[in-house]
Amino acid sequence: MATTTTPERLFGASIKRREDPRLITGKGNFTDDLKLAGQTFASFVRSPHAHAKIKGIDIRKAAAMPGVVAIYTGKDLTTAGVKSLPCGWLLPDLKLVPHLPLATDAVRHVGDQVAVVIAETAYQAKDAAEAVKVTYEVMPAVTNGEQALKPGAPQLHAEAPGNKSFHFTIGDKAATDAAFASAANVVKQRLINQRLIANAMEPRASVAKYDAGTGDYTLWVTSQNPHVHRLLMAAFVLGIPEHKLRVISQDVGGGFGSKIFVYPEECVVTWAAKAVNRPVKWTAERRESFLTDAQGRDHISDAEMAFDANGKIIGLRVHTVANLGAYLSTFAPLIPTFLYATLLSGCYTIPAIWCEVDGVYSNTTPVDAYRGAGRPEATYLLERMVDLGARALNTDPAELRRKNFIPANAFPYQTPVAFQYDSGNYGPALDKALQMVNYKQLRAEQERLRKEGKYIGIGLATYIEACGPAPSQVAGALGAQAGLWESAHVRVHPTGKVTVFTGSHSHGQGHETTFAQLAADELGLPYEDVEIVHGDTGQVPFGMGSYGSRSLAVGGSAIHSGIQKIKEKGRKIAAHLLEAAEEDIVAEGGKFFVKGSPSRSKAFAEIALMAYLAHNLPKGLEPGLEATSFYDPTNFVFPFGTHIAVVEVDKASGIVTLTKYVAVDDVGNVVNPMIVDGMVHGGIAQGVAQALWEGASYDNTGQPLAASMMDYTLPKADMLPSYDTARTVTPSPVNPMGVKGAGETGTIASTAAVANAVMDALAPFGVTHIDLPLTPATIWKALQGSPKGR
Amino acid sequence: MTRITVTVNGSRQHHEVEPRLLLVHYLREQLGLTGTHVGCDTSQCGACTVHLNGQAVKSCTVLAVQADGAEVTTIEGMAKDGQFHPLQTAFWEQHGLQCGFCTPGMIMSAAELLKQNPDPSEEQIRTHLEGNLCRCTGYHNIVKAVRSAAGAMSVSASQATLPQARSRATAGAR
Repeated sequence: MATTTTPERLFGASIKRREDPRLITGKGNFTDDLKLAGQTFASFVRSPHAHAKIKGIDIRKAAAMPGVVAIYTGKDLTTAGVKSLPCGWLLPDLKLVPHLPLATDAVRHVGDQVAVVIAETAYQAKDAAEAVKVTYEVMPAVTNGEQALKPGAPQLHAEAPGNKSFHFTIGDKAATDAAFASAANVVKQRLINQRLIANAMEPRASVAKYDAGTGDYTLWVTSQNPHVHRLLMAAFVLGIPEHKLRVISQDVGGGFGSKIFVYPEECVVTWAAKAVNRPVKWTAERRESFLTDAQGRDHISDAEMAFDANGKIIGLRVHTVANLGAYLSTFAPLIPTFLYATLLSGCYTIPAIWCEVDGVYSNTTPVDAYRGAGRPEATYLLERMVDLGARALNTDPAELRRKNFIPANAFPYQTPVAFQYDSGNYGPALDKALQMVNYKQLRAEQERLRKEGKYIGIGLATYIEACGPAPSQVAGALGAQAGLWESAHVRVHPTGKVTVFTGSHSHGQGHETTFAQLAADELGLPYEDVEIVHGDTGQVPFGMGSYGSRSLAVGGSAIHSGIQKIKEKGRKIAAHLLEAAEEDIVAEGGKFFVKGSPSRSKAFAEIALMAYLAHNLPKGLEPGLEATSFYDPTNFVFPFGTHIAVVEVDKASGIVTLTKYVAVDDVGNVVNPMIVDGMVHGGIAQGVAQALWEGASYDNTGQPLAASMMDYTLPKADMLPSYDTARTVTPSPVNPMGVKGAGETGTIASTAAVANAVMDALAPFGVTHIDLPLTPATIWKALQGSPKGR
Repeated sequence: MTRITVTVNGSRQHHEVEPRLLLVHYLREQLGLTGTHVGCDTSQCGACTVHLNGQAVKSCTVLAVQADGAEVTTIEGMAKDGQFHPLQTAFWEQHGLQCGFCTPGMIMSAAELLKQNPDPSEEQIRTHLEGNLCRCTGYHNIVKAVRSAAGAMSVSASQATLPQARSRATAGAR
């Protein structure tokens, strides 16, 4: 699969990853691998209750236990000036609630932290944490978003009466109501998008060190965006000067969103490193990941789709209750609003859309971005509704989709829900996917098998993604408390070797390879001459990290822009040395030469050396060859595609077997196809798992029913097939490389594709909808509830 | 404290350990072999898989004292004489890893499979690896990597009299 010889152009080549040699030999640098001299270990005392008042904390027994260095409670931290964790996206009527790193008055979800024990060893810290005695007054809990909004529901925060966090609307209500009034057909469905747990394989971890001599803090943390961690922790929580905190995230073992956010633990550990004047390490146990890593999805939606007599979609009306959990995680308000409701036009011309979203607090772990973040929820809703429409109209689901596609000549296309799509051509992706599954023949096969009592289903999802959130000015007007640009610093060394510092962050995406490919190509240098550095606020200019499939479109474009500055300065030096006009100098193939006479040239390395020697530079030009770029995109980019799942449902047991999966994605131009395919594979697995297996539920006292990998069904190798992936290429006009994003497409499309396939298989029994996950039990129950299914 | 003697990656180690110390913590904390990872604490994820007397075990579920007198191989012991194990090469070439956190355990588990069954089918690979979780790859390229390593190992076994055709651990990035 991987290319072994030097390709003409690195951009577009499946080059083996340069990250891998360290990772396949056990030489990675993950946060928990770090061992500092004098290091202590933290263990958190966590609430076993979903909702309770803290009546007292007795640390006496624990404090006397072997190895205990210190024990701190919420009071200790607030006395020392530690403040609430901030929220990074403020909607207009958002009811902000405090979220202290250690709770002081009440706990609001199982796993909420109330104290921390610091000890000589991790085992001793855990022993003592178990001996801290917390007296609770248990209160009634509410875990379901819709229940939390009802009168009389247990109340979580005085600041948010009725547990309401926000009410958000988008679209044109009057126009949508009018569309429904004129509709020939309307389909309605309640859709539950269940709560998921990201479960990156590496648990969260932090190691903090304080240097009493300089007053500098260093925090190694499992972060997708070290500068965001530094800014929020320094400016809002700990009140330490931003420049005195260095945040390092080296190898990070997956994130899928869950490592974007600032969590209580890293704040406590950083504060404690100064308090005990020794390094402090904390690594989550998997149970803690289940209880405290921000979770995903958890929507209850009522959707209606209106069709005219020709099967054209003329309106969509949606009301969604988004369960945000006990506190606002860093970007929680953004996900079910501007990353969800704005996607509800999908790849269709829907003239009128109206969506209302209620954000709700409940006694559950906070909810925030999880791979796809809002976009899978929108796609699932829309694609289920289109399939329900196809069933109601007795139309082939592929043809109904095609009929409603935004035509290729309509781009840039303005939707009724804020977005302007940059580019797209949806028909060819659909055609390719249908061809790959041999659609017509497969439908015939399905008919034949039904007669034999075998039930296969074919499910489509034609999706749109919005990635590389932008531009900063618009985001700011919508409530963002951060810019959405990205930084790059290109440092050319005197020998002509290059180090590129990117504000983007890699936790599996392969930036060290992909970014080196594009930088080497753009500079005309050998791949080996370019090194990529990320994940260290001490080395990299302020950057926004990785989320929302933005790394290449935004971070890569920042590198591209930095390189243009390097070439511009190089041209000045070359023009001076070659005694030519600057506008006549061409920078290409690792050389600077005079247009029309390529023999009059200087190698890139010669120019680099001259820049540093500074013996003969153009008058007024500074020595050195470095450039910093801050790239703020003008728009999101909008990948799209068609995924098709084929399943077989065993009627007697309700067991679903995924027999074939085809993904045709269009992510614009592709730098490293091997890496893009890999990300699509992983995304598909996560989305399939939401459709068939995963789900985080709570009992009526607020106890999580899944708090370990024993009771939360993560997909295993023997539960999944291999996938057939292909691409169409529609470059984005938004950025100089014509790239889009590829990190989330798989997750966005696959849940809907599999759910549609299962409903298609169950069509002969009159089953139209079952909520996820489609476990054997839920399918069996649905069949028992249908006269034809028993 | 209990005194144990363990041969790890060919090197004999003597240590005083707490009886409750897990093998994975002994390897990581006491020996500094941090290539073996802890992903779940409950023996589901398999990131901590090592070989104990030649058998793949989840080292989060083995006490260090149980390894007394045993031979342990970790991911750090897989490359020999500066040359990758064929599974390491195959994971690299087939893009069998993304974040790389599960990878050491995957490779250790797959190595056991290839020892038992030098030519496993896709289905056999998937069944064998059901105790090793990966959240990045969707398993597609992991399965390909194991197939590819099986092929490479059978070639090198059939050429046993010739110099071994292994990839160079020091090879450049492509």
